[in-house]
Amino acid sequence: MEKGKGIMGSGGRWAVDFSDNSTAPPSRDIPDPPGFTRASVDQDDSTVSRQKKDAESNWKAQKAWEVAQAPFKNLLMMGFMMWMAGNTVHLFSIGITFSALWQPISALQGVGKVFEPYKDNKVDLLGPKLLFIALNLGGLALGVWKLNTLGLLPTHASDWVSSLPPAQEVEYSGGGIPL
Amino acid sequence: MAIRSFLILFILFFFSSLNPILSLYEDQVGLVDWHQQYLGKVKQAVFHTHKTGRKRVVVSTEENVVALLDLRQGEIFWRHVLGSNDVIDGIDIALGKYVITLSSGGSILRAWNLPDGQMVWESSLRGPKHSKSLLLVPTNLKIEKDNIVIIFSNGRLNAVSCIDGEVLWEKDFEGESLEVQQVIQPPGSNLIYVVGFASSSLFEMYQINALNGELLKHESAAFSGGFLGEVSPVFSETVVALDSTGLILLTVSFQNGMISFQQTPISNLVKDSFGPAKIIPSSVTGIFAIKMNAVTIVIRVTDENKLEVVEKTNHETSISDALPVSEGQQAFALVQRAGPEIHLRVKLAHNWDDNLLKESVKMDQHRGLVHKIYINNYIRTDKSYGFRALIVMEDHSLLLLQQGEIVWSREDGLASIIDVTTSELPVERDGVSVAKVEHNLFEWLKGHMLKLKGTLMLASPQDIAAIQSMRLKNSEKSKMTRDHNGFRKLLIVLTRAGKLFALHTGDGHIVWSYLLQSLQKSKVCQHPIGLNLYKWQVPHHHAMDENPSVLVIGKCGPSSDAPGALSFVDTYTGKELSSLSLVHSVAQVIPLPYTDSTEQRLHLLIDADKHAHLYPKTPEAISIFERELSNIYWYSVEDDNGIIKGHALRGKCTGEVADEVCFDTRELWSIVFPSESEKIIATVTRKLNEVVHTQAKVIADQEVMYKYISRNLLFVATVALKGSGEIGSVTPEESWLVAYLIDTVTGRILHRVTHHGSQGPVHAVFSENWVVYHYFNLKAHRYEMSVIEIYDQSRADNKDVWKLVLGKHNLTSPISLYSRPDVITKSQSYFFTHSVKTIAVTSTTKGITSKQLLIGTIGDQVLALDKRFLDPRRTVNPTQAEKEEGIIPLTDSLPIIPQSYVTHALRVEGLRGIITVPAKLESTTLVFAHGVDLFFTQLAPSRTYDSLTDDFNYALLLITIVALVAAISLTWTLSERKELQENWR
Repeated sequence: MEKGKGIMGSGGRWAVDFSDNSTAPPSRDIPDPPGFTRASVDQDDSTVSRQKKDAESNWKAQKAWEVAQAPFKNLLMMGFMMWMAGNTVHLFSIGITFSALWQPISALQGVGKVFEPYKDNKVDLLGPKLLFIALNLGGLALGVWKLNTLGLLPTHASDWVSSLPPAQEVEYSGGGIPL
Repeated sequence: MAIRSFLILFILFFFSSLNPILSLYEDQVGLVDWHQQYLGKVKQAVFHTHKTGRKRVVVSTEENVVALLDLRQGEIFWRHVLGSNDVIDGIDIALGKYVITLSSGGSILRAWNLPDGQMVWESSLRGPKHSKSLLLVPTNLKIEKDNIVIIFSNGRLNAVSCIDGEVLWEKDFEGESLEVQQVIQPPGSNLIYVVGFASSSLFEMYQINALNGELLKHESAAFSGGFLGEVSPVFSETVVALDSTGLILLTVSFQNGMISFQQTPISNLVKDSFGPAKIIPSSVTGIFAIKMNAVTIVIRVTDENKLEVVEKTNHETSISDALPVSEGQQAFALVQRAGPEIHLRVKLAHNWDDNLLKESVKMDQHRGLVHKIYINNYIRTDKSYGFRALIVMEDHSLLLLQQGEIVWSREDGLASIIDVTTSELPVERDGVSVAKVEHNLFEWLKGHMLKLKGTLMLASPQDIAAIQSMRLKNSEKSKMTRDHNGFRKLLIVLTRAGKLFALHTGDGHIVWSYLLQSLQKSKVCQHPIGLNLYKWQVPHHHAMDENPSVLVIGKCGPSSDAPGALSFVDTYTGKELSSLSLVHSVAQVIPLPYTDSTEQRLHLLIDADKHAHLYPKTPEAISIFERELSNIYWYSVEDDNGIIKGHALRGKCTGEVADEVCFDTRELWSIVFPSESEKIIATVTRKLNEVVHTQAKVIADQEVMYKYISRNLLFVATVALKGSGEIGSVTPEESWLVAYLIDTVTGRILHRVTHHGSQGPVHAVFSENWVVYHYFNLKAHRYEMSVIEIYDQSRADNKDVWKLVLGKHNLTSPISLYSRPDVITKSQSYFFTHSVKTIAVTSTTKGITSKQLLIGTIGDQVLALDKRFLDPRRTVNPTQAEKEEGIIPLTDSLPIIPQSYVTHALRVEGLRGIITVPAKLESTTLVFAHGVDLFFTQLAPSRTYDSLTDDFNYALLLITIVALVAAISLTWTLSERKELQENWR
């Protein structure tokens, strides 16, 4: 890979043109062999390219579905990590939880980009996208659930009253043992 | 808000999960703490300068300290604090090597080795009845080669051996009404004269053989006029006394066993009379002094027992004891104050007209009058006599004068502090005097390089010493301006002498001192007493340009209806702003939670007739006060009658004391304790300036308990009348202790708990919603500490999160104490090893940091004990959630961790009080402990989680950063180069 790249990048560029010249008139004056008709080749060519395109879109759709399912593996791994991390607040569990929250969020932000290579008029990306989003949301939910089990979500009354200052008293009294 | 506090809680939790033992390393001693040793007002001094060695002086003081001082610098060689119930009656030096002390009303006699202060022997002396205690150490009186000490105490004359304290003989004086006044031992004879009065008009003289205690002669003679007060011996067989009217002087001579009286009316001696006289006893042969009001008259007795006035003066005069100078000659000193100077004269006893020495010494006005003088002589290089004088001033300070100069001075008034408050220092800005501080960059860098060397363990022993001295002498800490962390403050202390001192918290030096005129003896006020100190004006916000000031409250005499006196003192300059002599008495002082526009706090003074007087007396203050009148209450605890009464204010005074600022009060409620079964022995309230961060306490499983936080709660402890005596004087069945929590507005008893078989004394501390108290458990024969926490149950049903999120709750709306409270209490008791002198609690600026109890132990040390150990929710086996919350498994006694002594290796002798002041930094609290000694330190109960420690190495950080940046740039260029080479391959 490195080497190839190096060669490609170097000054002596060369190229092989694989384009099909068969439709073009022959450069040399060689007559077409008997039984060969140029028109049939033309027709055949278009069917081949259509077939090719179909295959590509099929492949794209398949890939898109694969990409859409990728977070599922992530989800499983995250779940395992969370289970490993335990339910007490310390550096490891906090790190895991925050990465579990961050990964789906960043993935959701880049939904368009992830499916960019598979964009095609013929490919219906809605399904994979929805699956992708759903799985990431699942991951997010897992993260939030973990956050909650760690007790870091303000879902209890105690989270809202813990810093309430004491109530003012209307009356004031002082005194004691006479000096 | 919620997030912030959550973060704080998280940090707190993080730090508290580390075991919070607060100990110091050896080299941290003296960094933030300081310790000062004092003695108290000297009441007797004996010089020890006979030999050529060190010149020393032994002193005994009113704080019951006996100490040996260096005469050159005034430093303490050794010191013993005998305790408040062991009052020293007399001291002397015997055999040139023992210090003899007589104490506890003449019942304990001790000998201390003079050079090192070790106790040599102790004997206890008993007697048939209570009497005056007199100690005599005759120079040349021996019983079988034993030097003896003669003690008259408790109606018995004892001769005690100097060597081992054995009583050689004793003689009782059991005459029914005999009051022995003097024991005279004429030098060179084996006789002892005991003189006294019997049945107020009989003069009694006993002549006793000093060798065996045998009564040789007993004479008595009646004098119809009666006797008053003390007698002064003038010759070995002549004393001077006053008759019962105080107008006639009696010269009583008992030569050869014959008692003869000679009367001299004072009016014959001085033309104008000044009222009844008082004898000032002196040991000078042939000289004595009397005092009539402010006039002092020095009288000489001639050989024919004639009296002659030699001096009459309006100045307060002190006369020293006689000092034998040469063969049969005695010298003595007189000292007077005149304006900015004091005049010292030394004379020979038989030659009044000539002065051996006459000196004037400039003396600080704020030391007041001279109260006592002790003289000592030395031989100058030209073989003449020189004199040095040890003087005790009105402010209890001790000074040594020699050759017209003050050689040294000791501020021993600081041994008897009555009250303490604090004041901020000025803000640093142009024009404010700031102590010079090194801010040389080179110096700074050098210091940090040294520190770095220390951290990397490269420092040589000299370097380590330099680092240590640099840390200790950090001039930052004694600067005279406010610092960012609020560590630098002024401690304003009021001493028993009526003097105010401002001490700097950085190193404890005295910034200023001021002798309050309103607390000095004057014609109108014979026995002024300083009572309390209050913060009068604490400028911040809109009154920034004003200086803060304190209010000093005193009163004239010990009676409850004695008129009061107020002084207002500027804490920056130490000058008295104004002073007031009140017409009314001061029974209570109530600082109100209101300030006027100049930040002067409103104070309510309640007099003995239960009228309330408002200060400051300004229309603005009155209008503020009248607006709040209906919400202000006060209570009085009458501990003699066992009654607690609550009062409300009614309106302007009626009757003869009509005054703009006088208000009538009416009684609202009273709690009467049954007198035979309950006696009030302790009351305690929350500190007025305590800040509580939150009303909720989050317990395990996210549950909330609401603290019952009220400023108007009073903790009262009562004991059975029988059990109010000494510990162990009653059986457990006869004694009990009842603890109450009382609402002082409504008089409602919120909680009451009885500890059967327990006894006082009770020491308690009240903070937030809990009270901790210390008492003795007679059944277990151990001291116990109990904690009561009080929670508000009526708020417990605020559980709906959405209501709380949207703020639809009434948890912070003002509440009235007349609404019916629904409280629950939790309590627990633990054994505690020490007996306790005082308890305090740490306080921080926002009240977030966890609390520590500061316990002044009987060993005069301060022990910091985490409040977590006194948590009523402790159980033997806490659940996992409770453990996470920080609950410690229950043990039957509280642990005493040696490292958590705040005073580390030091002792605050005679510890009386502990004061905590919040610093500006939330984690830190300032602690000041006072007794005979003073001790100050900073404490961080949850460690300093909000700042870097003092010994944080900035240089190391800087160097690390620089090295990192350099490494990053280096590796970056290297990698660039490598990549280029790769590309070319």
